[in-house]
Amino acid sequence: MKKLSIKQHTRTDFLTYLGVIIAFAVMSFLSSNGSLSRSLTGQLVPICCYMSMAVSLNLTVGILGELSLGHAGFMSVGAFSGVVAAMSLQTVIPSAPLRLAAAMVIGAAAAAIAGIIVGTPVLRLRGDYLAIVTLAFGEIIKDLINCLLVGYDANGLHVAFNLTGSKTVADLGMQEGGIAIIKGAQGATGTTIISSFTAGFLLVMVTLFVVLNLKHSRAGRAIMALRDNAIAAESVGINLTKYKMMAFVTSAALAGAAGALYGLNFSSLQATKFNFNTSILILVFVVLGGLGNLWGSLIAAAALTVLPELLRAFSDYRMLVYAIVLILVMLATNNPTLKTFFSRFKPRKHVRKEAV
Amino acid sequence: MKKKLFALMMTLVMVAGLTACGGGKEESPAPGNAEQPSAPSAEGAVFKLGTIGPLTGDAAIYGQAVANGAKIAVDEINASDSAVKFELQSEDDINDGETSINAYNNLMDWGMQVMVGPTTTGPSVAVAAQAGSDRTFMLTPSASSADVTAGKDNVFQVCFTDPNQGVSSADYMAENMADAKIAVIYRNDDSYSQGIRDTFVAEAGAKGLDVVYEGTFTNDTATDFSVQLTAAQAAGANTVFMPIYYQPASVILTQAAAMNYAPTFFGVDGMDGILTLEGFDTSLAEGLMLLTPFSATLEENKSFVEAYEAQFGVTPNQFAADAYDGVYIMKAALEAAGCTSDMSSTDICEALVPVMPTLTYSGLTGKDMTWSVNGEVSKAPTAFVIKDGLYVTP
Repeated sequence: MKKLSIKQHTRTDFLTYLGVIIAFAVMSFLSSNGSLSRSLTGQLVPICCYMSMAVSLNLTVGILGELSLGHAGFMSVGAFSGVVAAMSLQTVIPSAPLRLAAAMVIGAAAAAIAGIIVGTPVLRLRGDYLAIVTLAFGEIIKDLINCLLVGYDANGLHVAFNLTGSKTVADLGMQEGGIAIIKGAQGATGTTIISSFTAGFLLVMVTLFVVLNLKHSRAGRAIMALRDNAIAAESVGINLTKYKMMAFVTSAALAGAAGALYGLNFSSLQATKFNFNTSILILVFVVLGGLGNLWGSLIAAAALTVLPELLRAFSDYRMLVYAIVLILVMLATNNPTLKTFFSRFKPRKHVRKEAV
Repeated sequence: MKKKLFALMMTLVMVAGLTACGGGKEESPAPGNAEQPSAPSAEGAVFKLGTIGPLTGDAAIYGQAVANGAKIAVDEINASDSAVKFELQSEDDINDGETSINAYNNLMDWGMQVMVGPTTTGPSVAVAAQAGSDRTFMLTPSASSADVTAGKDNVFQVCFTDPNQGVSSADYMAENMADAKIAVIYRNDDSYSQGIRDTFVAEAGAKGLDVVYEGTFTNDTATDFSVQLTAAQAAGANTVFMPIYYQPASVILTQAAAMNYAPTFFGVDGMDGILTLEGFDTSLAEGLMLLTPFSATLEENKSFVEAYEAQFGVTPNQFAADAYDGVYIMKAALEAAGCTSDMSSTDICEALVPVMPTLTYSGLTGKDMTWSVNGEVSKAPTAFVIKDGLYVTP
């Protein structure tokens, strides 16, 4: 009995990996073939970023069972630190893919630190405090980056904090030839674009690998035990704060890496992009794909990123149509008739049910 | 199942109700979009022209103005006997960089050859980088940041740059109101507002102007300005410089009137449109000065304003005029370069880039506009003061 259920886990995991690899291969082939529309080609990297965001948020929401409403805040931290890293490492690491990798690692590290700062006080508590604090965190990050001035010249990085609203890039005191990387409200402009679809694919694979392995590890079982019944879990000696932090910080770090990839895909990026709406959008991916269901998150992220573009024919009404499609999908996936219909294709599940 | 159906019906009814409410607030009708591209009427070289702007969302008024202005110009050109004709398509970017890139790619899939867009600054910087590497000719009607054109030889602007506006405002004040005690109220999470404020304050310092107070607000706090106005009054400011758009400015004017604070208010091109704002008492705008390239009340702009009002039911703002000029500038450039409609977007771009700096164009938003090699326009801003609900030169 036990053996069977583990086998099923592994099977789903491998199918998820396989699905991502096949999707990547097909897309790369079509794209090199020139048969992919420009519209879709341009969305490949953002789709990878959103997939990674959705999977990482699923770790917090689906597996840890805590509500986070500020996931875009971690993406923002990762994006802007990644952009700063990539722009200032231009001479040190001339190779674009290596620089992208370095930027993503730095973005992940910065977001992880932000995750530790947010998580340390909040995850000791029970209840909905994390939702409130992450909601505030997203807004705080937005305002902080609106005040941030960062430039780079031969002397290294120059950082100024425009709290009074009276400082400009000129106050950074840069030498001639220095570049302004983040210009307060104007955001990061003039970024060299180094993101690529391959990097996006690797990011999704790494995210999946980390989250799936964490989920099935000893720590992952502790995390899920906390989700299901915190009192029972603590009574058998599971350290509540430690495991909650583990899941939350991992989730933040992965969001940071996705943010860095996203930030380096556009030459202009403003802090207002990562607002509450973006956090909710990612939460929608997770909820639509199913809490704790990673391949569901992947599909939901891809579908809901492409959907508004496919609906351009509806012009002004496209977001209305988008909302209706969302409602219909939600109704359809929760429809008991359809559920029994789909479960017919899962013979193993039936066997297990009977056995139980 | 019946319950489900009922729930679904209720959802649809509610959604429909919401749109009905939204429809009432809409300030201008939907612009020409994907379904009804303005088709050329007679034969001639037909170029595929794309515009991008926020047709929905917070900044929709600007994107719609651009799409509408471009549509009027395209219709006029197609009805004339001009050798260059256009097929227009306008795409929505909800004022977001990522969506703007998507809109641009969508237009490229459609076969766009030249682009008048995007409308707003942030998306324009993102699209300019893409257009720069794709070699697509881009003429933005209203993205005013210097970052849009920096480093790209195929990106040009119709409107003033932010530095240009800040410097012009400070110069104007130094010449005409030298003893002014100036308060600046600006939005510090907006690149347009911050950009103008930065250059204004730098130039004001150089010209010896006295800036006594600076107040900031953000998009979330744009509903109450009593703190900033009280502080400006306490600092003894007799001039308030507002490098912001007209919606928050209308709140500032209303609140200043309520607290009997009557300094000279001074705005830039974003202030244009305040007289047509719904629910705003235009008598509060009396004496407001603004530096803008376009005025809907000037005699020479009459035919455009009338055509626009007849078609869309609202008075055009500066964005519509910029887009209208943009299309005509594009036509002039295509004619000067001798482009034919069977050329690819890349070939057209290579042909147009050397032509633009040689071009001189007079339109709604300026006389004798010329372009520098790096894409910035050179034209003289005009100062207007609002008197009896009209723009008049002071």
